[in-house]
Amino acid sequence: MGGVPRSVAELLRFANAWVEERIDLSGARELIRHKVVPVHRHTIWYYFGGMTLFLFIIQVMTGILLLLYYRPSAEEAFESVQFIVTEVEFGWLIRSIHSWSANLLVATMMIHLFSVYFTQAYRKPRELTWVSGMCLFGIFLFFGFSGYLLPWNELAYFATKVGTDVAGQVPLVGHLIARILRGGEDVTGATLSRFYGFHVAILPLLTTAILGLHLFLVQKQGMSVPPEIERSGRPIRTMPFVPHFLLRDLVGWLSALAVLGALAAYFPWELGVKADPFAPAPAGIRPEWYFMYMFQTLKYIPAKIGPIDGELVGVLGFGVGGLFLLLVPFLDRKTARGEKSPLFFWIGVGIVTYILVLSLLGYVAPGGK
Amino acid sequence: MQTAASSRRGFVNILMGGGFTAMAAWMLYPVVRFLIPPKSGEPTIASVTVPWKPAELKSNSGRIFKFGSQPGILVKTPAGELRAFAATCTHLNCTVQYREEKQDIWCACHNGIYDLNGKNVSGPPPRPLETYKVNVKAEQVIVSKGA
Repeated sequence: MGGVPRSVAELLRFANAWVEERIDLSGARELIRHKVVPVHRHTIWYYFGGMTLFLFIIQVMTGILLLLYYRPSAEEAFESVQFIVTEVEFGWLIRSIHSWSANLLVATMMIHLFSVYFTQAYRKPRELTWVSGMCLFGIFLFFGFSGYLLPWNELAYFATKVGTDVAGQVPLVGHLIARILRGGEDVTGATLSRFYGFHVAILPLLTTAILGLHLFLVQKQGMSVPPEIERSGRPIRTMPFVPHFLLRDLVGWLSALAVLGALAAYFPWELGVKADPFAPAPAGIRPEWYFMYMFQTLKYIPAKIGPIDGELVGVLGFGVGGLFLLLVPFLDRKTARGEKSPLFFWIGVGIVTYILVLSLLGYVAPGGK
Repeated sequence: MQTAASSRRGFVNILMGGGFTAMAAWMLYPVVRFLIPPKSGEPTIASVTVPWKPAELKSNSGRIFKFGSQPGILVKTPAGELRAFAATCTHLNCTVQYREEKQDIWCACHNGIYDLNGKNVSGPPPRPLETYKVNVKAEQVIVSKGA
């Protein structure tokens, strides 16, 4: 070697040889060469995890940009976001992409979650992948909830009041949880500081750790093949991850980016009016769409069910539902043994139907002014 | 000999494990305490004078006022009587409003409805609104707790 490299190719070869001389990368190369993805009629669902990851990367990048102008205080938060969307060049675009991408992320994450559920990919040996994924699901919902407050507008203010009060309904520790979430008895500037801390430090830290584990497990164990296809006994075709699957993934990411760009440009995310703790909750108030089914449920539950407060029943119901999903790999013994498991299939159908119907009712049912 | 060595090792393990656990607890305790916000130093308010004169208020209307750090709602009934309540919905903490066309107190968050005595009459609220006492003295409306 020696001498000055004369072309880009030569430069790359030189850099590669330089690294190779110091660090043995043969393991990584082997991994890339041998990693395959099963091909069958449910392969399409494999793309949604990657798409969620892609949207998360967009969230990190746009979030860092927004940090440069955002000010986390009740006096300045709304004005700083207003400044971002009106004064800063492309500020409206960055903020709009951050908001839209958050929503698309929750959507792709839900598709990912339920596609894994219905293809029973949670079964042994992937229990931990499922549990870490459910943790990420909870973390991302909390990301959404905490980020929603940061512009300090009227809708977010009341959504946070209701949301933290729902947490406060948990028996015994509820009041303490609500106080810790709010940074005091009420939703105030202290809540904003806290939510900012959750949103930009605590949750990203947790995500990094758990997402790392999740991706490691997916990598280590490979993609799950749905039991019905395994049972069919036919040999399963595969495609190489690099470049076949990766390029298809890329098409998905570019499509997501196109949708995101169009949404952000044609439907810029609204800022609304600044929160006023001494104004009544406005008519037509509603949370983000992914909390809509809970919101609507709380509307329908009567004040008292027997001796118990209705809202407590609702909160416990959601808790049980979440716990069921979290523990499903350990509850569904039949799938673990490689048998058909119609009960869990129909429970899944029930959950999805409930979420869809209640969400829809949230948008169309009367009950306003 | 073997048992003596393993019991010595066991002892050291317990000592170190216990030491680390104690150290973790010692570091975690202040963090947990730090996370719990201190009790607010604000004094509890017993009464306020609302910023409007009785004549300014129309019959069949309601306004939100500050009762310390909390919102209150002052209602003038269609009959012209002044009533005041805590404006915090007993369901999930939203701020209620007066609806002139229906002559009731309404929470927009989950469609909770109270009558003009603050009683929960429809929707999810489990309890009536807290009622305040209203006194009119020298053209001033004074709202106080303990009605």
